Amino acid sequence: MSVLTVDITGMAGAGFPVRARFETGPGITGLFGHSGAGKTTVLKMIAGMLRPQSGRIETNGRVCFDGERGIDLPPHKRQTGFVFQDGRLFPHLTVRRNLSYASWAGSRRNSRSFAGIVDLLGLGNHLDRWPATLSGGERQRVAIGRALLSEPAILLMDEPLSSLDYARRMDILPYLEQIRQETQIPMVYVSHEIDEMARLTDTLVVMSHGEVIGAGETAEMFARLDLGPALGRQKAGVVVHGTVVAVDADWGLATVDIGGQTIEVAGTDFETGQTIRLMVRARDVSVALQAPDKLSIRNRIRCVLDEISTDDSAFAELSLRCGDQVIRSRITRRSASELGLRSGQHVIALLKSVSVERRAMVPQGEQGALR
Amino acid sequence: MSEAALAIIVLSAKVALAATLFSLPFAFIVAWVLARSEFRGKSLLQAAVTLPLVVPPVVTGYVLLILFGAKGPVGRFLFEWFGLTFAFRWTGAALAAGVMAFPLLVRPLRLSIEAVDRGLEEAAATLGASRMISFLTITLPLAMPGVLAGTLLGFAKALGEFGATITFVSNIPGETQTLSLAVYSLLQSPSGDAEALRLILASVAIALAAVVISEWLARKIKPEPRR
Repeated sequence: MSVLTVDITGMAGAGFPVRARFETGPGITGLFGHSGAGKTTVLKMIAGMLRPQSGRIETNGRVCFDGERGIDLPPHKRQTGFVFQDGRLFPHLTVRRNLSYASWAGSRRNSRSFAGIVDLLGLGNHLDRWPATLSGGERQRVAIGRALLSEPAILLMDEPLSSLDYARRMDILPYLEQIRQETQIPMVYVSHEIDEMARLTDTLVVMSHGEVIGAGETAEMFARLDLGPALGRQKAGVVVHGTVVAVDADWGLATVDIGGQTIEVAGTDFETGQTIRLMVRARDVSVALQAPDKLSIRNRIRCVLDEISTDDSAFAELSLRCGDQVIRSRITRRSASELGLRSGQHVIALLKSVSVERRAMVPQGEQGALR
Repeated sequence: MSEAALAIIVLSAKVALAATLFSLPFAFIVAWVLARSEFRGKSLLQAAVTLPLVVPPVVTGYVLLILFGAKGPVGRFLFEWFGLTFAFRWTGAALAAGVMAFPLLVRPLRLSIEAVDRGLEEAAATLGASRMISFLTITLPLAMPGVLAGTLLGFAKALGEFGATITFVSNIPGETQTLSLAVYSLLQSPSGDAEALRLILASVAIALAAVVISEWLARKIKPEPRR
Protein backbone atom coordinates (compact mmCIF):
# COMPACT_ATOMS: atom_id res chain seq x y z
CA MET A 1 0.00 0.00 0.00
CA SER A 2 1.31 3.40 -0.77
CA VAL A 3 1.83 5.65 2.22
CA LEU A 4 2.10 8.85 0.29
CA THR A 5 0.74 9.71 -3.12
CA VAL A 6 1.85 12.97 -4.68
CA ASP A 7 0.74 14.33 -8.02
CA ILE A 8 1.08 18.09 -8.02
CA THR A 9 2.06 21.11 -10.01
CA GLY A 10 2.88 24.44 -8.47
CA MET A 11 5.41 27.20 -8.09
CA ALA A 12 8.52 27.09 -5.96
CA GLY A 13 9.27 30.03 -3.69
CA ALA A 14 12.11 31.01 -6.02
CA GLY A 15 9.61 31.31 -8.86
CA PHE A 16 10.16 28.25 -11.04
CA PRO A 17 7.47 25.69 -11.82
CA VAL A 18 7.52 22.39 -9.97
CA ARG A 19 5.84 19.20 -11.12
CA ALA A 20 6.03 16.09 -9.05
CA ARG A 21 4.38 12.72 -9.25
CA PHE A 22 5.40 9.76 -7.14
CA GLU A 23 4.25 7.25 -4.58
CA THR A 24 6.11 6.03 -1.57
CA GLY A 25 5.78 2.94 0.55
CA PRO A 26 6.84 2.21 4.11
CA GLY A 27 10.46 2.78 5.09
CA ILE A 28 12.52 5.81 4.11
CA THR A 29 12.04 7.52 0.78
CA GLY A 30 14.81 9.83 -0.35
CA LEU A 31 13.93 12.96 -2.26
CA PHE A 32 17.16 13.74 -3.98
CA GLY A 33 18.44 16.47 -6.26
CA HIS A 34 20.70 19.48 -6.46
CA SER A 35 19.76 22.59 -4.54
CA GLY A 36 17.12 24.39 -6.52
CA ALA A 37 15.67 21.17 -7.88
CA GLY A 38 12.40 21.75 -6.04
CA LYS A 39 12.75 19.16 -3.27
CA THR A 40 11.90 21.45 -0.37
CA THR A 41 9.00 22.94 -2.32
CA VAL A 42 7.47 19.49 -2.75
CA LEU A 43 8.01 18.71 0.92
CA LYS A 44 6.36 21.96 2.00
CA MET A 45 3.42 21.25 -0.27
CA ILE A 46 2.99 17.84 1.34
CA ALA A 47 3.03 19.49 4.77
CA GLY A 48 0.57 22.20 3.69
CA MET A 49 2.92 25.16 4.06
CA LEU A 50 2.82 25.88 0.35
CA ARG A 51 -0.22 25.50 -1.82
CA PRO A 52 0.11 23.62 -5.12
CA GLN A 53 -1.71 25.07 -8.12
CA SER A 54 -3.36 21.79 -8.89
CA GLY A 55 -3.16 18.09 -8.23
CA ARG A 56 -3.61 15.77 -5.33
CA ILE A 57 -1.80 14.71 -2.17
CA GLU A 58 -2.77 11.70 -0.10
CA THR A 59 -1.18 10.39 3.06
CA ASN A 60 -2.20 6.97 4.39
CA GLY A 61 -5.27 7.04 2.18
CA ARG A 62 -6.40 10.44 3.51
CA VAL A 63 -6.76 13.25 0.99
CA CYS A 64 -4.82 16.31 2.21
CA PHE A 65 -5.06 18.28 -0.98
CA ASP A 66 -7.23 17.96 -4.04
CA GLY A 67 -7.26 20.89 -6.43
CA GLU A 68 -10.37 19.74 -8.27
CA ARG A 69 -12.49 19.06 -5.22
CA GLY A 70 -11.17 22.12 -3.42
CA ILE A 71 -9.71 20.18 -0.52
CA ASP A 72 -6.77 21.84 1.22
CA LEU A 73 -6.25 20.75 4.82
CA PRO A 74 -4.37 23.28 6.96
CA PRO A 75 -0.93 22.10 8.17
CA HIS A 76 -2.08 21.38 11.70
CA LYS A 77 -4.66 18.87 10.48
CA ARG A 78 -2.37 16.92 8.14
CA GLN A 79 -0.49 14.77 10.65
CA THR A 80 2.75 15.28 8.81
CA GLY A 81 5.70 15.52 11.17
CA PHE A 82 8.31 17.94 9.86
CA VAL A 83 11.97 18.23 10.77
CA PHE A 84 13.35 21.54 9.56
CA GLN A 85 16.86 22.17 8.38
CA ASP A 86 17.39 24.66 11.19
CA GLY A 87 15.57 22.71 13.90
CA ARG A 88 13.19 25.52 14.80
CA LEU A 89 13.03 24.69 18.49
CA PHE A 90 10.89 27.07 20.51
CA PRO A 91 13.47 29.23 22.31
CA HIS A 92 11.24 30.08 25.26
CA LEU A 93 10.50 26.47 26.15
CA THR A 94 12.73 23.84 27.75
CA VAL A 95 13.71 20.72 25.84
CA ARG A 96 11.01 18.83 27.73
CA ARG A 97 8.30 21.34 26.81
CA ASN A 98 9.52 21.39 23.21
CA LEU A 99 9.36 17.61 22.97
CA SER A 100 5.89 17.44 24.45
CA TYR A 101 4.56 20.47 22.54
CA ALA A 102 2.33 18.36 20.29
CA SER A 103 0.53 16.84 23.25
CA TRP A 104 -0.02 19.99 25.33
CA ALA A 105 -0.54 22.50 22.53
CA GLY A 106 -1.34 20.39 19.50
CA SER A 107 -3.68 18.06 21.40
CA ARG A 108 -2.22 15.09 19.58
CA ARG A 109 -2.77 11.85 21.39
CA ASN A 110 0.49 10.19 22.06
CA SER A 111 0.65 6.46 21.64
CA ARG A 112 4.43 6.56 21.51
CA SER A 113 5.93 6.82 24.95
CA PHE A 114 7.74 10.03 25.80
CA ALA A 115 10.38 8.08 27.73
CA GLY A 116 10.88 5.73 24.79
CA ILE A 117 11.64 8.52 22.33
CA VAL A 118 13.84 10.35 24.84
CA ASP A 119 15.75 7.12 25.28
CA LEU A 120 15.99 6.40 21.58
CA LEU A 121 17.51 9.83 20.90
CA GLY A 122 19.68 9.94 24.00
CA LEU A 123 18.05 13.10 25.34
CA GLY A 124 17.60 11.99 28.95
CA ASN A 125 20.21 14.38 30.35
CA HIS A 126 19.03 17.39 28.41
CA LEU A 127 15.33 17.61 29.29
CA ASP A 128 15.59 20.67 31.51
CA ARG A 129 17.97 22.63 29.29
CA TRP A 130 17.09 25.59 27.08
CA PRO A 131 17.43 25.29 23.30
CA ALA A 132 19.98 28.12 23.20
CA THR A 133 22.41 26.04 25.24
CA LEU A 134 22.26 22.93 23.03
CA SER A 135 24.84 22.01 20.42
CA GLY A 136 23.74 21.79 16.79
CA GLY A 137 23.53 18.01 16.91
CA GLU A 138 21.54 17.98 20.14
CA ARG A 139 19.16 20.55 18.73
CA GLN A 140 18.42 18.40 15.68
CA ARG A 141 17.86 15.36 17.88
CA VAL A 142 15.31 17.32 19.90
CA ALA A 143 13.67 18.48 16.67
CA ILE A 144 13.44 14.88 15.45
CA GLY A 145 12.07 13.72 18.78
CA ARG A 146 9.51 16.51 18.84
CA ALA A 147 8.27 15.53 15.40
CA LEU A 148 8.14 11.83 16.34
CA LEU A 149 6.05 12.67 19.40
CA SER A 150 3.44 14.47 17.31
CA GLU A 151 1.92 11.18 16.23
CA PRO A 152 2.76 11.73 12.54
CA ALA A 153 1.33 9.54 9.83
CA ILE A 154 4.47 10.36 7.91
CA LEU A 155 7.67 12.13 8.90
CA LEU A 156 9.09 14.71 6.49
CA MET A 157 12.72 15.67 6.91
CA ASP A 158 14.12 18.67 5.09
CA GLU A 159 17.90 18.27 5.00
CA PRO A 160 17.96 17.73 8.76
CA LEU A 161 21.74 17.29 8.84
CA SER A 162 22.84 19.97 6.42
CA SER A 163 23.43 22.61 9.10
CA LEU A 164 25.85 20.30 10.91
CA ASP A 165 29.51 19.64 10.35
CA TYR A 166 30.71 16.25 9.19
CA ALA A 167 31.40 14.80 12.62
CA ARG A 168 27.99 15.83 14.02
CA ARG A 169 26.33 14.38 10.95
CA MET A 170 27.99 11.05 11.56
CA ASP A 171 26.76 11.23 15.17
CA ILE A 172 23.15 11.61 14.14
CA LEU A 173 22.90 9.12 11.28
CA PRO A 174 22.85 6.11 13.63
CA TYR A 175 19.88 7.67 15.46
CA LEU A 176 18.00 7.95 12.19
CA GLU A 177 18.80 4.34 11.38
CA GLN A 178 17.54 3.31 14.77
CA ILE A 179 14.32 5.24 14.25
CA ARG A 180 13.82 3.45 10.96
CA GLN A 181 14.15 0.14 12.73
CA GLU A 182 12.24 0.82 15.92
CA THR A 183 9.34 3.00 14.88
CA GLN A 184 7.17 2.10 11.95
CA ILE A 185 6.79 5.68 10.78
CA PRO A 186 7.39 6.11 7.06
CA MET A 187 9.69 8.99 6.19
CA VAL A 188 10.49 11.25 3.31
CA TYR A 189 14.08 12.42 3.56
CA VAL A 190 15.25 15.38 1.50
CA SER A 191 18.96 15.79 0.90
CA HIS A 192 21.55 16.51 -1.72
CA GLU A 193 24.10 14.31 0.04
CA ILE A 194 24.36 11.07 -1.89
CA ASP A 195 26.02 9.33 1.08
CA GLU A 196 23.03 9.96 3.32
CA MET A 197 20.76 8.64 0.60
CA ALA A 198 22.80 5.47 0.15
CA ARG A 199 22.87 4.89 3.85
CA LEU A 200 19.31 5.61 4.83
CA THR A 201 16.82 5.28 2.02
CA ASP A 202 14.92 2.32 0.64
CA THR A 203 13.43 4.12 -2.31
CA LEU A 204 14.66 7.18 -4.10
CA VAL A 205 12.87 9.95 -5.97
CA VAL A 206 15.27 12.00 -8.07
CA MET A 207 14.35 15.58 -8.96
CA SER A 208 15.98 17.98 -11.35
CA HIS A 209 14.85 21.44 -12.43
CA GLY A 210 11.49 21.13 -10.75
CA GLU A 211 10.60 17.72 -12.17
CA VAL A 212 10.81 14.15 -10.98
CA ILE A 213 13.15 12.42 -13.40
CA GLY A 214 13.19 9.00 -11.81
CA ALA A 215 11.81 7.01 -8.90
CA GLY A 216 12.47 3.51 -7.69
CA GLU A 217 14.50 1.32 -5.35
CA THR A 218 17.60 3.13 -4.17
CA ALA A 219 20.04 0.51 -5.53
CA GLU A 220 18.37 0.50 -8.93
CA MET A 221 18.32 4.26 -9.11
CA PHE A 222 22.02 4.52 -8.31
CA ALA A 223 22.78 2.04 -11.06
CA ARG A 224 20.97 4.03 -13.75
CA LEU A 225 23.40 5.81 -16.00
CA ASP A 226 20.85 8.28 -17.36
CA LEU A 227 20.48 9.83 -13.91
CA GLY A 228 24.22 10.51 -13.74
CA PRO A 229 24.10 14.28 -14.02
CA ALA A 230 21.29 14.58 -11.48
CA LEU A 231 23.03 12.30 -9.00
CA GLY A 232 26.23 14.27 -9.30
CA ARG A 233 29.28 13.29 -11.33
CA GLN A 234 31.86 13.37 -8.59
CA LYS A 235 29.91 11.39 -6.06
CA ALA A 236 27.90 9.08 -8.30
CA GLY A 237 28.05 5.44 -7.36
CA VAL A 238 26.01 2.38 -6.62
CA VAL A 239 24.83 0.59 -3.53
CA VAL A 240 26.07 -3.00 -3.46
CA HIS A 241 24.73 -5.54 -0.99
CA GLY A 242 26.84 -8.24 0.45
CA THR A 243 27.21 -10.79 3.22
CA VAL A 244 30.23 -10.83 5.48
CA VAL A 245 31.89 -14.24 5.15
CA ALA A 246 35.10 -13.69 7.04
CA VAL A 247 36.80 -11.11 9.23
CA ASP A 248 40.58 -10.96 9.38
CA ALA A 249 41.60 -9.07 12.47
CA ASP A 250 45.33 -9.22 11.66
CA TRP A 251 44.99 -7.34 8.41
CA GLY A 252 41.93 -5.38 9.50
CA LEU A 253 39.91 -6.59 6.55
CA ALA A 254 36.50 -8.16 6.09
CA THR A 255 35.67 -10.44 3.18
CA VAL A 256 32.26 -9.73 1.70
CA ASP A 257 30.34 -12.01 -0.65
CA ILE A 258 28.56 -9.93 -3.27
CA GLY A 259 26.85 -12.77 -5.10
CA GLY A 260 29.32 -15.51 -5.90
CA GLN A 261 32.40 -13.30 -5.83
CA THR A 262 34.09 -11.77 -2.83
CA ILE A 263 35.70 -8.44 -2.20
CA GLU A 264 37.70 -7.18 0.75
CA VAL A 265 36.83 -4.02 2.62
CA ALA A 266 38.43 -2.34 5.61
CA GLY A 267 36.88 -2.92 9.01
CA THR A 268 36.68 -5.65 11.60
CA ASP A 269 33.58 -4.71 13.56
CA PHE A 270 31.36 -6.98 11.49
CA GLU A 271 29.92 -10.34 12.31
CA THR A 272 30.15 -13.25 9.93
CA GLY A 273 26.84 -13.71 8.18
CA GLN A 274 25.84 -10.06 8.55
CA THR A 275 24.26 -8.35 5.54
CA ILE A 276 25.72 -4.95 4.73
CA ARG A 277 25.41 -2.18 2.14
CA LEU A 278 28.46 -0.78 0.45
CA MET A 279 28.64 2.46 -1.42
CA VAL A 280 30.87 2.01 -4.46
CA ARG A 281 31.61 5.19 -6.36
CA ALA A 282 31.90 5.09 -10.11
CA ARG A 283 35.15 7.05 -10.12
CA ASP A 284 36.79 4.46 -7.86
CA VAL A 285 36.18 1.57 -10.25
CA SER A 286 38.61 0.83 -13.10
CA VAL A 287 38.22 -1.91 -15.69
CA ALA A 288 40.70 -4.35 -17.23
CA LEU A 289 40.21 -6.79 -20.05
CA GLN A 290 42.41 -9.43 -18.40
CA ALA A 291 43.52 -9.97 -14.84
CA PRO A 292 46.51 -7.70 -14.29
CA ASP A 293 49.76 -8.87 -12.70
CA LYS A 294 51.51 -7.38 -9.70
CA LEU A 295 48.91 -4.78 -8.86
CA SER A 296 48.01 -3.45 -5.43
CA ILE A 297 44.30 -3.53 -6.17
CA ARG A 298 42.98 -6.72 -4.62
CA ASN A 299 39.33 -6.56 -5.56
CA ARG A 300 38.90 -7.93 -9.05
CA ILE A 301 35.29 -8.54 -9.94
CA ARG A 302 34.34 -10.44 -13.08
CA CYS A 303 31.55 -8.53 -14.80
CA VAL A 304 29.71 -8.21 -18.06
CA LEU A 305 29.71 -4.75 -19.60
CA ASP A 306 26.03 -3.86 -20.02
CA GLU A 307 26.10 -0.34 -21.30
CA ILE A 308 28.48 2.45 -22.18
CA SER A 309 27.24 6.00 -21.97
CA THR A 310 29.25 8.90 -23.32
CA ASP A 311 28.59 12.54 -24.03
CA ASP A 312 30.93 15.25 -25.20
CA SER A 313 32.75 15.36 -21.87
CA ALA A 314 36.00 13.53 -21.25
CA PHE A 315 34.26 10.71 -19.42
CA ALA A 316 32.54 7.46 -20.25
CA GLU A 317 30.09 5.87 -17.81
CA LEU A 318 30.05 2.08 -17.73
CA SER A 319 27.34 -0.09 -16.28
CA LEU A 320 28.78 -3.45 -15.23
CA ARG A 321 26.70 -6.47 -14.31
CA CYS A 322 28.00 -8.86 -11.72
CA GLY A 323 25.48 -11.54 -10.83
CA ASP A 324 22.28 -9.70 -10.02
CA GLN A 325 24.05 -6.50 -8.96
CA VAL A 326 25.25 -3.53 -10.93
CA ILE A 327 28.51 -1.65 -10.49
CA ARG A 328 29.22 1.62 -12.19
CA SER A 329 32.57 2.75 -13.46
CA ARG A 330 33.75 6.09 -14.75
CA ILE A 331 36.78 6.06 -17.02
CA THR A 332 37.93 8.48 -19.67
CA ARG A 333 36.35 8.31 -23.09
CA ARG A 334 39.80 7.76 -24.50
CA SER A 335 40.42 4.65 -22.34
CA ALA A 336 37.09 3.22 -23.40
CA SER A 337 37.98 3.77 -27.01
CA GLU A 338 41.54 2.40 -26.78
CA LEU A 339 40.35 -0.74 -24.96
CA GLY A 340 37.70 -1.17 -27.61
CA LEU A 341 34.97 -1.60 -25.01
CA ARG A 342 31.56 -2.67 -26.24
CA SER A 343 28.35 -3.97 -24.67
CA GLY A 344 28.28 -7.65 -23.81
CA GLN A 345 32.02 -7.86 -23.28
CA HIS A 346 33.50 -9.65 -20.24
CA VAL A 347 35.64 -7.29 -18.18
CA ILE A 348 37.24 -7.24 -14.77
CA ALA A 349 36.25 -4.41 -12.46
CA LEU A 350 39.08 -3.23 -10.22
CA LEU A 351 38.14 -1.67 -6.92
CA LYS A 352 40.57 -0.46 -4.28
CA SER A 353 39.52 -1.65 -0.85
CA VAL A 354 40.40 1.71 0.65
CA SER A 355 37.95 3.51 -1.58
CA VAL A 356 34.93 1.72 -0.16
CA GLU A 357 34.28 4.20 2.55
CA ARG A 358 33.70 2.89 6.01
CA ARG A 359 30.94 5.34 6.73
CA ALA A 360 28.82 4.17 3.87
CA MET A 361 28.47 0.71 5.29
CA VAL A 362 25.36 -0.01 7.23
CA PRO A 363 24.41 -3.18 8.97
CA GLN A 364 21.01 -4.08 7.63
CA GLY A 365 18.32 -5.02 10.11
CA GLU A 366 15.29 -7.16 9.46
CA GLN A 367 13.60 -4.17 7.91
CA GLY A 368 16.18 -3.68 5.22
CA ALA A 369 13.66 -3.55 2.43
CA LEU A 370 16.20 -3.65 -0.34
CA ARG A 371 16.49 -7.37 -0.81
CA MET B 1 1.34 64.32 52.07
CA SER B 2 -1.96 66.12 52.02
CA GLU B 3 -5.23 64.37 51.31
CA ALA B 4 -5.70 66.54 48.24
CA ALA B 5 -2.32 65.48 46.83
CA LEU B 6 -3.11 61.82 47.46
CA ALA B 7 -6.43 62.20 45.66
CA ILE B 8 -4.64 63.71 42.67
CA ILE B 9 -2.18 60.81 42.54
CA VAL B 10 -4.95 58.23 42.77
CA LEU B 11 -6.92 59.98 40.05
CA SER B 12 -3.85 60.19 37.80
CA ALA B 13 -3.07 56.51 38.27
CA LYS B 14 -6.70 55.63 37.53
CA VAL B 15 -6.71 57.74 34.36
CA ALA B 16 -3.37 56.42 33.11
CA LEU B 17 -4.22 52.80 33.91
CA ALA B 18 -7.60 53.01 32.20
CA ALA B 19 -6.02 54.73 29.19
CA THR B 20 -3.29 52.09 28.83
CA LEU B 21 -5.41 49.02 29.40
CA PHE B 22 -8.11 50.25 27.07
CA SER B 23 -5.75 51.13 24.22
CA LEU B 24 -3.62 48.00 24.54
CA PRO B 25 -5.89 45.56 22.67
CA PHE B 26 -6.51 48.08 19.87
CA ALA B 27 -2.81 48.88 19.69
CA PHE B 28 -2.01 45.15 19.48
CA ILE B 29 -4.44 44.64 16.60
CA VAL B 30 -3.05 47.64 14.71
CA ALA B 31 0.53 46.53 15.41
CA TRP B 32 -0.32 43.02 14.18
CA VAL B 33 -1.84 44.33 10.97
CA LEU B 34 1.15 46.59 10.35
CA ALA B 35 3.62 43.78 11.10
CA ARG B 36 1.96 40.92 9.30
CA SER B 37 -0.04 42.10 6.32
CA GLU B 38 0.54 43.92 3.10
CA PHE B 39 -2.30 46.01 1.69
CA ARG B 40 -2.93 49.25 -0.15
CA GLY B 41 -3.08 52.14 2.24
CA LYS B 42 -0.81 50.52 4.80
CA SER B 43 1.37 53.61 4.91
CA LEU B 44 -1.79 55.67 5.41
CA LEU B 45 -2.69 53.59 8.46
CA GLN B 46 0.89 53.93 9.65
CA ALA B 47 0.65 57.73 9.29
CA ALA B 48 -2.73 57.89 11.05
CA VAL B 49 -1.35 55.93 13.99
CA THR B 50 1.63 58.27 14.29
CA LEU B 51 -0.51 61.40 14.02
CA PRO B 52 -1.05 62.09 17.76
CA LEU B 53 2.72 62.02 18.17
CA VAL B 54 3.39 64.76 15.63
CA VAL B 55 0.29 66.97 15.80
CA PRO B 56 0.28 69.60 18.60
CA PRO B 57 -1.50 68.02 21.61
CA VAL B 58 -3.84 71.01 21.74
CA VAL B 59 -5.06 70.09 18.26
CA THR B 60 -5.63 66.48 19.28
CA GLY B 61 -7.57 67.72 22.29
CA TYR B 62 -9.67 69.98 20.11
CA VAL B 63 -10.43 67.17 17.64
CA LEU B 64 -11.48 64.97 20.58
CA LEU B 65 -13.72 67.80 21.81
CA ILE B 66 -15.43 68.03 18.43
CA LEU B 67 -15.84 64.27 18.02
CA PHE B 68 -16.44 63.12 21.59
CA GLY B 69 -18.04 66.22 23.11
CA ALA B 70 -21.66 66.05 24.27
CA LYS B 71 -22.79 67.30 20.87
CA GLY B 72 -20.08 65.57 18.81
CA PRO B 73 -21.17 62.71 16.52
CA VAL B 74 -19.22 59.98 18.34
CA GLY B 75 -19.90 61.41 21.77
CA ARG B 76 -23.67 61.49 21.20
CA PHE B 77 -23.67 57.95 19.83
CA LEU B 78 -21.71 56.57 22.78
CA PHE B 79 -24.00 58.37 25.24
CA GLU B 80 -27.21 57.18 23.61
CA TRP B 81 -26.11 53.55 23.27
CA PHE B 82 -23.80 53.00 26.22
CA GLY B 83 -24.47 55.93 28.54
CA LEU B 84 -20.81 56.99 28.26
CA THR B 85 -19.91 60.66 28.59
CA PHE B 86 -16.47 62.13 28.14
CA ALA B 87 -16.77 65.90 28.27
CA PHE B 88 -15.31 67.28 31.52
CA ARG B 89 -15.18 63.80 33.09
CA TRP B 90 -12.24 61.63 34.16
CA THR B 91 -13.21 59.22 31.35
CA GLY B 92 -12.47 62.04 28.93
CA ALA B 93 -9.05 62.50 30.52
CA ALA B 94 -8.43 58.78 30.07
CA LEU B 95 -9.54 58.96 26.44
CA ALA B 96 -7.21 61.86 25.73
CA ALA B 97 -4.30 60.11 27.48
CA GLY B 98 -5.08 56.84 25.62
CA VAL B 99 -5.10 58.53 22.23
CA MET B 100 -1.84 60.33 22.96
CA ALA B 101 -0.21 57.12 24.22
CA PHE B 102 -1.42 55.03 21.27
CA PRO B 103 1.55 55.57 18.91
CA LEU B 104 3.99 54.81 21.72
CA LEU B 105 2.18 51.53 22.38
CA VAL B 106 2.01 50.46 18.75
CA ARG B 107 5.67 50.89 17.87
CA PRO B 108 7.30 48.45 20.32
CA LEU B 109 4.43 46.01 19.81
CA ARG B 110 4.95 46.07 16.07
CA LEU B 111 8.70 45.62 16.38
CA SER B 112 8.35 42.69 18.74
CA ILE B 113 5.74 40.98 16.54
CA GLU B 114 8.01 41.44 13.54
CA ALA B 115 10.89 39.93 15.49
CA VAL B 116 9.06 36.64 16.07
CA ASP B 117 10.36 34.05 13.59
CA ARG B 118 7.34 32.94 11.59
CA GLY B 119 9.11 29.64 10.96
CA LEU B 120 8.36 28.82 14.59
CA GLU B 121 4.64 29.23 13.91
CA GLU B 122 5.05 26.94 10.91
CA ALA B 123 6.74 24.40 13.17
CA ALA B 124 3.93 24.69 15.71
CA ALA B 125 1.39 24.00 12.96
CA THR B 126 3.15 20.79 11.92
CA LEU B 127 2.90 19.72 15.57
CA GLY B 128 -0.86 20.10 15.47
CA ALA B 129 -1.32 23.58 16.90
CA SER B 130 -4.11 25.68 15.39
CA ARG B 131 -3.41 29.34 14.58
CA MET B 132 -4.97 30.51 17.83
CA ILE B 133 -3.02 28.02 19.95
CA SER B 134 0.23 28.79 18.19
CA PHE B 135 -0.41 32.51 18.75
CA LEU B 136 -1.00 31.94 22.46
CA THR B 137 1.87 29.50 23.02
CA ILE B 138 4.54 30.81 20.64
CA THR B 139 3.96 34.29 19.22
CA LEU B 140 2.58 36.05 22.29
CA PRO B 141 5.16 34.74 24.77
CA LEU B 142 8.00 35.60 22.38
CA ALA B 143 6.57 39.09 21.81
CA MET B 144 5.99 39.60 25.55
CA PRO B 145 9.04 41.78 26.24
CA GLY B 146 7.82 44.18 23.57
CA VAL B 147 4.29 44.09 24.93
CA LEU B 148 5.59 45.02 28.37
CA ALA B 149 7.86 47.74 27.02
CA GLY B 150 4.99 49.21 25.03
CA THR B 151 2.60 49.06 27.94
CA LEU B 152 5.10 50.81 30.19
CA LEU B 153 5.87 53.49 27.66
CA GLY B 154 2.16 54.05 27.08
CA PHE B 155 1.50 54.24 30.81
CA ALA B 156 4.27 56.78 31.34
CA LYS B 157 2.97 58.90 28.50
CA ALA B 158 -0.62 58.67 29.76
CA LEU B 159 0.50 59.68 33.24
CA GLY B 160 2.18 62.84 32.01
CA GLU B 161 -0.30 63.88 29.32
CA PHE B 162 -1.11 67.57 29.46
CA GLY B 163 -2.06 69.43 26.30
CA ALA B 164 -4.81 67.24 24.88
CA THR B 165 -6.28 66.65 28.33
CA ILE B 166 -6.57 70.28 29.33
CA THR B 167 -8.03 71.18 25.93
CA PHE B 168 -10.57 68.34 25.90
CA VAL B 169 -11.75 68.08 29.50
CA SER B 170 -10.34 71.21 31.10
CA ASN B 171 -8.66 71.36 34.53
CA ILE B 172 -11.34 70.38 37.07
CA PRO B 173 -10.02 69.46 40.53
CA GLY B 174 -11.25 66.01 41.62
CA GLU B 175 -12.49 65.09 38.17
CA THR B 176 -9.95 65.81 35.43
CA GLN B 177 -7.07 67.41 37.31
CA THR B 178 -4.30 64.84 36.92
CA LEU B 179 -0.72 65.20 38.19
CA SER B 180 0.55 67.35 35.35
CA LEU B 181 -2.47 69.66 35.46
CA ALA B 182 -2.25 69.97 39.23
CA VAL B 183 1.45 70.81 39.10
CA TYR B 184 0.72 73.39 36.44
CA SER B 185 -2.04 74.98 38.55
CA LEU B 186 0.09 75.00 41.70
CA LEU B 187 2.97 76.68 39.91
CA GLN B 188 0.58 79.42 38.83
CA SER B 189 -0.20 80.36 42.45
CA PRO B 190 2.42 82.11 44.60
CA SER B 191 2.21 79.65 47.54
CA GLY B 192 2.02 76.39 45.62
CA ASP B 193 5.74 75.57 45.20
CA ALA B 194 6.08 73.14 48.12
CA GLU B 195 2.96 71.17 47.19
CA ALA B 196 4.06 71.14 43.53
CA LEU B 197 7.43 69.68 44.53
CA ARG B 198 5.72 66.90 46.46
CA LEU B 199 3.61 66.01 43.44
CA ILE B 200 6.64 66.11 41.19
CA LEU B 201 8.49 63.69 43.48
CA ALA B 202 5.44 61.44 43.55
CA SER B 203 5.25 61.32 39.77
CA VAL B 204 8.95 60.44 39.54
CA ALA B 205 8.40 57.65 42.10
CA ILE B 206 5.45 56.24 40.16
CA ALA B 207 7.40 56.27 36.91
CA LEU B 208 10.38 54.55 38.57
CA ALA B 209 8.15 51.91 40.12
CA ALA B 210 6.59 51.22 36.74
CA VAL B 211 10.01 50.69 35.17
CA VAL B 212 11.19 48.40 37.97
CA ILE B 213 8.02 46.31 37.90
CA SER B 214 8.13 45.88 34.15
CA GLU B 215 11.82 44.89 34.21
CA TRP B 216 11.05 42.33 36.87
CA LEU B 217 8.10 40.98 34.87
CA ALA B 218 10.23 40.77 31.73
CA ARG B 219 12.81 38.72 33.60
CA LYS B 220 10.16 36.38 34.94
CA ILE B 221 8.60 35.82 31.54
CA LYS B 222 11.71 35.50 29.44
CA PRO B 223 13.93 32.97 31.14
CA GLU B 224 17.65 33.45 30.70
CA PRO B 225 19.30 30.42 29.17
CA ARG B 226 20.98 28.45 31.90
CA ARG B 227 22.71 25.14 32.10
